[in-house]
Formats: sequence, structure tokens, C-alpha cells
Amino acid sequence: MTTFDAARLVAAREIKVKLRDKTFLFSTVFFLLIAVASTVLPAWLNGGPDTVAVSPAAAASADALRQSGVTVRTVASDAEAEKLVRDGDADAAVVGGPRVLALEEAPGDVVDALSRQPEVRLLEPNERDSYLQFIVPFALAFIFFTTSFTFGLQISQSVTEEKATRIVEILVASIPVRAMLAGKVAAMTLLAFAQIAVITLVTFAGMRIGGVDTGVITLIAPAIGWFLPFFIVGFIMLATLWAGAGALAARQEDLGAVSAPVQMAVMIPFLLTLILVENPTAMTILSYIPLSAPLAMPVRAFTGELAPWEPFLSLAVLAATAAGLLALGARVYEGSLLRTNGRTSFRTALRSRSLIS
Amino acid sequence: MTDVLTVDAVSRNFGDRQVLKDVTFGVTAGRLTGFVGANGAGKTTTMRIILGVLAADQGVVSWRGAPLDRPTRRRFGYMPEERGLYPKMTVTDQIVYLGRLHGLGRDDARRRTAALLERLQLTERAGDHVEKLSLGNQQRVQIAAALIHDPEVLVLDEPFSGLDPIAVETVVGVLRERAARGVPVLFSSHQLELVERLCDDLVIIADGTIRAAGGRAELRASYALPRYAIEVAADAGWLRDQPGVTLVSLDGPRAVLDLDAGHDDQEVLRSALARGPVRSFGPVQPSLAEIFREVVSA
Repeated sequence: MTTFDAARLVAAREIKVKLRDKTFLFSTVFFLLIAVASTVLPAWLNGGPDTVAVSPAAAASADALRQSGVTVRTVASDAEAEKLVRDGDADAAVVGGPRVLALEEAPGDVVDALSRQPEVRLLEPNERDSYLQFIVPFALAFIFFTTSFTFGLQISQSVTEEKATRIVEILVASIPVRAMLAGKVAAMTLLAFAQIAVITLVTFAGMRIGGVDTGVITLIAPAIGWFLPFFIVGFIMLATLWAGAGALAARQEDLGAVSAPVQMAVMIPFLLTLILVENPTAMTILSYIPLSAPLAMPVRAFTGELAPWEPFLSLAVLAATAAGLLALGARVYEGSLLRTNGRTSFRTALRSRSLIS
Repeated sequence: MTDVLTVDAVSRNFGDRQVLKDVTFGVTAGRLTGFVGANGAGKTTTMRIILGVLAADQGVVSWRGAPLDRPTRRRFGYMPEERGLYPKMTVTDQIVYLGRLHGLGRDDARRRTAALLERLQLTERAGDHVEKLSLGNQQRVQIAAALIHDPEVLVLDEPFSGLDPIAVETVVGVLRERAARGVPVLFSSHQLELVERLCDDLVIIADGTIRAAGGRAELRASYALPRYAIEVAADAGWLRDQPGVTLVSLDGPRAVLDLDAGHDDQEVLRSALARGPVRSFGPVQPSLAEIFREVVSA
């Protein structure tokens, strides 16, 4: 049996355990509900006035209304039109004047359909609307942050569990430590990725059902395209750090304190990216610092001010750092795994050569 | 009778403290070898080095003449002193998983797990989470974890601690079975009576050095004192005045005595017979506890 086989067995067990874990299942369902709610519900709730009663005095408005897509119901008099609105049989009415009748809120689309708007010419048009401009960077950063934080913490917990329950010694005697580490990281990367993929699919499906303009998919495609490789490499880099932190703790209670530096390493780049997203110079710097590159570079790919070679260079820097931290994380992991009496200091773990690897 | 597993001149430090000094001994195929020592004497460290969980500073551990490597060690069965299993995994899943980590195929692992749980009387609990099991049953699962891949060598650190008497008998039975199939078994224990009853060979360690090693009978013989027990019909008080005799204990007609060098046991027997009937007379074998005390204090 090779190290690879052993790592696969470890990964298979981790995935099996996770898929039976209620917290994991609930969080996935919760995210899916949010995805559905944020795409399907607005369209469903904001149906707009579907039926508009038009009295003979306003007959001239009927064509304009039909063109805007609402159902026009022609009635005999202004009074009858008003009655239909009051009874809820029509969402709005247009009567002599022309005046628009509605119950509580001014029906924006009816008003728009009847208004003449001046022509607008943009001197520097931006093809993305401001909502997307704000939400896409935020969403990408948020996905990377929550995923690397929650799944990372679970890697730590799973490592600490093996230490706290003492099963670790049997494992270490059976398979290489590297296989244990690789299996855990691979399993969590896969699960994190699968969770995001499912949520993304549901979101897009929801956008179709909800009739949200699917043109956004083409708009955010470059950002997503870069988000994937940065996500994978960045996630693996952090996952090893989380595993190392988990190995330093002897009990779940120690984990919070021991993993604090890793938590900071995930949290600070996220906050910086959110705060500095409007500042091109800062974002350029952030997109090359390995800890913030997975957050900042896809955002820059979306906002567009990016030379073609930049993501490649940044990804190379990230991959090199990931490899370095992988070695460091593995070292800490090996050095502290069998020190089951209390917390192990980072330095002890590095110096320890207790394990054969 | 040759040693298949040999520990050769192994030393190990933790910081400034030397916990193993030049440890050398062998384990013979098909025999149960008891590894005895006080807490902190170096038993666990030695076993961890055999399994490759710890590295030795100096010295080698060999299997059939070749230094141990990982593929060979994977065929070893190990029960660490610090017990542990996944609390939220079922007994079967757990053993199957550990079997697969030792290189068994899925079906093979399942079949062997079922058979082993049957042998250890755990079949009823096969689907339970380990955390729901009693301590004794958890220990049996731990034994199963060490045996699942039919190991070529068994290294068990305190396999009997925490076991109830019935479980001890089950485990003793299983270990004897394995030894009878030619598997060398090394186990540590501080329950000296149990070791005395169970083991064929003994290794005694104190302060990180091997103080004695060999067959149980030979060790007994070499540490045998010139000590005798006698039971006569009347009071045995006269032994106090017998030349060359030091009384160890005296209880009416029964006495235990040590003979000084140059004196013959038959002399004592003749004096006793001259005084009346002798019910029993014979040498006293030292118990393991006594040998242990003597070896360690030396």
C-alpha cells in the first residue's frame, strides 16, 4: 500500500464522517435555502401589478400599458375601475386625467409605462450595474472566507479529536503521517468545493426560475474562472495551517487559543479586501500577498484593471507559499501529534524529531 | 529457538534525560514474552521505537535479521498504552477501517472483523458507537484493532490494564492462540502475577537498562535462593538451633528457611526425620515479584 492509497482511505473516512455530521448537513441546507431565497423570492414577491383596469377616459394609455407587459382590463367607468382596485381584482387602475389608482404604493411600472423619459447618453458607460459591482467582490471574498474558516476549523477539530482520543498512535504506527495529513486536507477541500458547487448551481438555477437576468453569468465568468484555482491553492495552504494548529492542541478546549494565529491569518485578509476594495493600489498589493491573493485577485479579475500575466504571477507566488507552508504544517503536525499531554508550543513541535517520517 | 525480533543497543534521550541506555533483547517466534518494569522504566518508549512511532537515537530494531522498515512494520500488531478509538464510529466500521489501513481489501477486512468480533464476544455490539460501550468492551475492541490484519508480530503495551477478570481470560486465550501459530508476542504489564502465569520469556527493565532477559524457568533457576519450606508433625521451633539455617518464617509446624553456603538440605531433612514425621520438604521457587525486586535493586 502506497502513501497515496493510505491518504485515500483517510480521506474516504473523513468524508463519510462529515456526510453524517448534522452540523455539516444543516449548514449546507441553510446555505441552499439562502441561495433559493435570494434569487427566486424577490422575483416572486415583486411581481408588480399584473392586472391594470383602464377606464374609457384613459383608453389612450392601454397600448402603452400592454407594451410594458401588464394585463389590461378595460372597464366601463372610472368608478368601476376604482372598485376593482379596492376589491383587489386589479392591482392598479388608470382613469381619466390620466390618473393612476393603487391601494398603498405607487405602482412604479405603471407610472413608468405612462411617462415619457428623456434620452440618456452616458459618456463613460459601465457595462456592469452598480449592484453587481458591489455584490460580486463581496460574495467571492465572503465565500472564500467562510469556507476556509469553517472547513479549516473542522480540519483542526478532526486532528485534535484523534489526538484527544489517543487513536493517533495506532494510526501513526500504521500509515505515514503525511498520508494522514494529505487525506484530511484532500477530504475537506473536496467537501468545501462540493458544497460551493452545489450552492452555485442552485443559485444559477434559482436565477433562471426567478427570471433574474442571466447575463450576469457571462459578466462574472472571468472572476469565477480565476476564483477556482486561487480558491483551491489558497484553501490547501490554509488547510495545512489548520491541521498544524489542531495537532498543537491536546484537547478541543485548547483549540481556540492554539488556532488564534490561523484565525487571524484568515480573517485579516478578508477584512482588508472588503475595506480596500475601492482602492486599486491597495488591491494590487493585496492580490500578490499569498494570504489575501485568493480574495483580491478574483475581485480584480472582475473589476477588470488587470494585465493578463498578473493572475499567473500571483498564483505562482501563492503556490510556492502553499508548498512552503505545507512543509511547515506537516512538520508541526508530525512534531506534536504524539505529545498528548497538554498543549505543544510551536517551537517544541518544530524542534521535535520524535517521529520517523 | 532463535529471536526473530531483536532490539539491538537502542538508546534514546528526551532532552537531557536518557530514558533508554543500550537496550538489547530478543523476542522468539511462538512465545509470549513479558516485558516488566516499574513506571517510567522505559517500556513504552521501547515499544514505540519497535513500532517506529518514535525514532531511536542509536541502535536498531531488526526483524529476521534485517532492520525494520515501514512495509514490515505494517504487518505488526500494536496496542499502545494510551488507548483510543474514534468515539463516534461503530465498532465494525472502526476495525474495518484500521484493517484497511494495514492494507486489507474491503471485503477481506469485513470478513475478518466479523470473525474477530465473534471471537472476542463483541458481535452484539458490532453496530454500536464505541463511546456507548463499557470500558471493558472498549478494551476488547482495542485488542481487535491490534489483531485485525493477522499480524506477524504482536506488541502490546499493558494489554490487561483496565480489563475485568473475564476479559483478561479472553485476551489471554487469544494471545496464546496467536503464539501457538508461531507469532512472537511482546507484552508489557505491571501485574506480575499475570505475567508469571502467562509468559514463556521475560525481559526486565529498570531505569532504561535491561536488567535480566531469558526463559522464565531459567531466570527462576538462576535467581533461586537456597530456600526451603518444611512442614513437620510437631512444632518446628528446633530449626532455630540447626547449624547453617536462617529462619525466614515460622508458624507452628511450618517453616521457611534459608540455607547458608556449605550446608546440605538433606542434613536438615535428616534432623527433622530424627524428631518425628515430616509432611513435606522442598525448595521454594522465587516468585516473579521476588526476582523482580532483586534484579531491580541490584
